Amino acid sequence: MTETWIILGASSAMGRAFARHAAGTGATVILAARDIEDTRRSAADCKSRGAPQAIAVAFDARKPDSFKPIYELAAAQHGTINAAVFIGSMPDQADIDANPMLGDDTIQDGFTGPVNFLHGLAHLMEERGSGTIIGIGSVAGDRGRIGNYTYGAAKAGFHTYLSGLRNRLTRSGGHVVTVKPGFVDTAMTWGLPGMFLVASPEQVAQDLWRAAEKKKNTIYTPWFWRYIMLIIRSIPEMVFKKLSV
Amino acid sequence: MLWKETEYNGWGRVLKATGRMARPEKPSALTGIFTENPCPAIGSLRSYGDAALNSDGDAIQMTRLDRFIGFAPETGILEAEAGVSITDILSTFSPQGWMPAVMPGTGFATLGGCIANDVHGKNHHGAGTFGDHIESIELLMADGKVKRLSANRNKDLFRATIGGLGQTGVILSARIRLKPCSSRMIQVDERRADSLAEFMGMLETSTATYCVGWIDATAKGSALGRGILEEAELTSSNMTPKLRKARKIPMDAPSFALSPPTVRVFNKAYFNRIPEQGRGVLRSLEDFFFPLDKIHDWNRLYGKRGFHQFQCVLPDETAEETLTEMLRRISNSGLASPLAVLKRTGSGNAGHLTFPIKGFTLALDFANANGAEELVRGLNRLTANAGGRIYFAKDSLATPEDVAGMFPEMADWQQIAGTADPNRSFETDLTRRLKIRGKK
Repeated sequence: MTETWIILGASSAMGRAFARHAAGTGATVILAARDIEDTRRSAADCKSRGAPQAIAVAFDARKPDSFKPIYELAAAQHGTINAAVFIGSMPDQADIDANPMLGDDTIQDGFTGPVNFLHGLAHLMEERGSGTIIGIGSVAGDRGRIGNYTYGAAKAGFHTYLSGLRNRLTRSGGHVVTVKPGFVDTAMTWGLPGMFLVASPEQVAQDLWRAAEKKKNTIYTPWFWRYIMLIIRSIPEMVFKKLSV
Repeated sequence: MLWKETEYNGWGRVLKATGRMARPEKPSALTGIFTENPCPAIGSLRSYGDAALNSDGDAIQMTRLDRFIGFAPETGILEAEAGVSITDILSTFSPQGWMPAVMPGTGFATLGGCIANDVHGKNHHGAGTFGDHIESIELLMADGKVKRLSANRNKDLFRATIGGLGQTGVILSARIRLKPCSSRMIQVDERRADSLAEFMGMLETSTATYCVGWIDATAKGSALGRGILEEAELTSSNMTPKLRKARKIPMDAPSFALSPPTVRVFNKAYFNRIPEQGRGVLRSLEDFFFPLDKIHDWNRLYGKRGFHQFQCVLPDETAEETLTEMLRRISNSGLASPLAVLKRTGSGNAGHLTFPIKGFTLALDFANANGAEELVRGLNRLTANAGGRIYFAKDSLATPEDVAGMFPEMADWQQIAGTADPNRSFETDLTRRLKIRGKK
């Protein structure tokens, strides 16, 4: 059975690592990202690493016009269509506080963009009767915190959508994995103060692949974040509202 | 964020630097940095001393620019970004029948680092250095422009960049010629050499493609310079290599771990493990070429004070006499570690500052204990007096005077580097320490 992976946000460190992993297993990859020139180079990389086909395509979560060509590329592939979504943006909460309209971008990148894209893809997956979607959420979506609650809210919305989509696609043989990464060593976290137990993108990519194989519903990566977030979620609101964690 | 304030160190963990580091994930991000602030590029920090340190400014870590750009299976020419590791090239292309023509002793080294230090491997006597297998280099210049260099185009800059310690610009990507390999296994023959003279004779007459000697640097008297010769040939074995899982050293080892008695006992056992009549074994390419890579962070075995590595190459005329004196000093000092290598080197000079010359090369680690610095300084002097060279990728203790006469093409190189980088934006702790860039 041939496998195709659509990778949204393929030029992010995690997207790149996951694309390589998929290529190494012999899957065709459709790499979608804003910077098409750089994405072409990633496609060449995936080809060297074993992908029978690696296609670069422009994608912008804020431009719904960019969705359709990707659906067409996917429909032209035989076999199972899968998708992994690595997009999102996390500006400083202080910048959003100063300019509230900035929040709109964060919500489009992390919530409405991916949701609308996946909604347009779902029926193709239903038709094929198979396929896995891996949606990258965030531990920030588990509870609103003073440091990044607009970003967190977008991710929380995305989590809820993914759980509904899982409910829907299960009926036709598909599956959805919700992923909540902790700190990952990417350009987004490079040099940020207060980072600890940082995972490499390769480690995360491996976790994602295993979770998809085992049809996990929600995973934290690295795994111990499940327990960190369990503690954070269990703090009573009257205490939590005074904390700055 | 673009910059991270960080402390980083050479592989020997003695020399350190503090400064801002950027780690771009796209070539375009790098060009952005360069319009304001050209600074030296570093790879996976496997140089032992300060070749990849910049205490005086910023540095750019290249490890995230690690993609294969194109591979032609008809010719074996691979184009890749500078941050790809040698292991990545080997493990991706050896199943397709191709491997790097020259590989250093660690697969963690990056493509860019291998070019900038013009590294050599266990086949130097036949294959030359890494730089002998490069088609072209894409170099980001101090002014933000990108130049393509090859033996035909910008050829002076091409030679100055190979082994040029990053002083001409940032290596963005390169096209290299891989060599065919028929399997992922290698046939290794191991034989004992009971004395230095015998060892050198065996190295000199060996016809093997890959040839390297482990030397017992604790042996004295008539056993001085004894060791084990490893000769290896690629095979067409159909076996799939069983790759062992890498292990980590969880903490700095206590200082007695590599103390003189431990090393003496270890070396004796290691020598005697090879039967007198020798033996042949089949190994995976990874195990043979990168024996230490399976132990991540093995540099922690030397404890928190770190260690110095010394590597010299000596011309045939002075080699035996000088090696005898060096080994005598080393074994008397009791400071040697089990990691000691004696190899034959061929001629060839891909770059102005390429390390190997025809002769013999000796490489050793010394824990950073009392007396180690003095010992290495003495070895550096012996090297200089014998018409030999020291290896910048390993060095942490040489002086400008030691190095001054070692590289006949130094003045040419300084001129080319000076034109390429007039403001000296790419200087590192090593180039400042050894005054390699010359007078301003």
